[in-house]
Amino acid sequence: MNRLAEQLAGDIARWTRWAVTLPPSLFLVAFFLLPALIVVAASFREPGEFGGLAPITGAGGLTLESYRFFFGDTIYLEIFARSFFVALLTTLICILMAYPLAWLIARSPKRRRDLLVLLVILPFASNLLIRVYAWILLLGPLNLLYTPVAVVAGMVYVHLPFMILPLYTNLEKHDPALLEAAQDLGAGAWTRFWRITFPLSLPGIFSGSALVFIPVLGMFAIPELLGGTGDLMIGNLIKEQFLDNRDWPFGATLSLLLTVAVLSCAGLATLAAKKSFKGTEAVT
Amino acid sequence: MKTGPLIWLASLVVYGFLYLPLAVVVLFSFNDSMLNAEWVGFTTRWYGRLLHDRDMLQAAANSLLIAVLASSIATVLGAMAGIAMHRYRPRLLPFLALTPVAMPEILLGVSLLLFFRQVLDLTLGLMSILIAHVTFSIGFVAVIVRARLAGMDESIFEAARDLGATPWATFRRITLPLILPALAAGFLMAFTLSIDDFVITFFVAGVGVVTLPLQIYSMIKVAVTPEVNAVSTLLMLLTLSVVIVASRFAPDTLKAKA
Repeated sequence: MNRLAEQLAGDIARWTRWAVTLPPSLFLVAFFLLPALIVVAASFREPGEFGGLAPITGAGGLTLESYRFFFGDTIYLEIFARSFFVALLTTLICILMAYPLAWLIARSPKRRRDLLVLLVILPFASNLLIRVYAWILLLGPLNLLYTPVAVVAGMVYVHLPFMILPLYTNLEKHDPALLEAAQDLGAGAWTRFWRITFPLSLPGIFSGSALVFIPVLGMFAIPELLGGTGDLMIGNLIKEQFLDNRDWPFGATLSLLLTVAVLSCAGLATLAAKKSFKGTEAVT
Repeated sequence: MKTGPLIWLASLVVYGFLYLPLAVVVLFSFNDSMLNAEWVGFTTRWYGRLLHDRDMLQAAANSLLIAVLASSIATVLGAMAGIAMHRYRPRLLPFLALTPVAMPEILLGVSLLLFFRQVLDLTLGLMSILIAHVTFSIGFVAVIVRARLAGMDESIFEAARDLGATPWATFRRITLPLILPALAAGFLMAFTLSIDDFVITFFVAGVGVVTLPLQIYSMIKVAVTPEVNAVSTLLMLLTLSVVIVASRFAPDTLKAKA
């Protein structure tokens, strides 16, 4: 009798587990994982006569044509290189702008900190398009619209809080005693920053950089609305293939290459953050 | 350590950088001129014009309908995912729920477009937008719910079990009331994500259905009119208030969004 009750309880626990885990898992497999795998498959297919993909025809039907096309013309590699450059520049500017503000928030009295953080996040609550549109209004009269400058300005504006928040979270944890000790030992403000604060903040910088770099790499709305014809990025190329040219296999190839680029950047950032974290553990 | 005047100055400049552009949009929404160039005088006529813009009203209605449905479904599925991630530590589920959030949005957009058109042969429209919005919102709700559960004392669940409560009774009488604030915050967060989304919607909307961000996009592409300022200001007000209400329920919600 007791064993039966135990078995029943075990069954119920197992059923509960599946009842909770299965619905979201199935939904996400169907609408995230499966579509992602189909992108991979589509990149090896031929475009259909009227756009989309060619119907699957018995034997074969797989081709490397899209990849050959990508590497056969330097223009695509150039656009990838430009996107990387814009993402890198945006990340660097974000670090420079985020640092003083993150420092100020981290060193403010505790009750004021939440308000200062809130002030960073609030502009985020507005729609991406509105934030881009604001720069159309601002840069139009300055004759800077449709230039690379406008693209980078928009990118920095949209992604800056992604850098401020992780950096602040990191700086907040620093022990002020370290800086006081350095000062007592005669280190000037500059030395204190480069020898203590900066190396300790590297994990924050790396996680912020990943949060800025990755979305910038795939952004298409900002180059499209703020940039000129020469400022197109990977995202614009992908959009063009799916919505204008209707060469879906090539669009899928580009998406796959972007995914590879994003994953390697994310991997690098995680690795760098781990390494620098180990380094900082030795200091603190 | 004292904070030097230079840091104060730099921080003020950065805050200015964050707010000035949006302030310009709000300001010009009350400007009595067709051009967004100089201040002419105060008017509310651009807001009045919105009320007679049938395309805009249709877009707003679509956005609201999709946001309510998507955030309701995402709250249920996201809560399940959050509970599962907290209690059973599944390996695949966190990957499935959180990757769509971490990847560039365009990748989810095009993969769903491919899937809907080539595999399901679904006509793009409300249904495809709804599915896409649920997909990217689940992760946000799951994270908020998991954070709430992680902060709770496990022994109350054990006590309920020991007293003979069935899993369903434990859920209804203990888990649900405890995670209710997280559910409310998650729902509101999913709501703003849905009503604000442009990139993914852009790919899966097709030609028939227009949402508010898509409507704003096509207006910006054609010409910059003061009406865009007005609708932008209203949309900002809406998301801002929803986000602030959400942060009342779960203080870290804002950070989840950022």
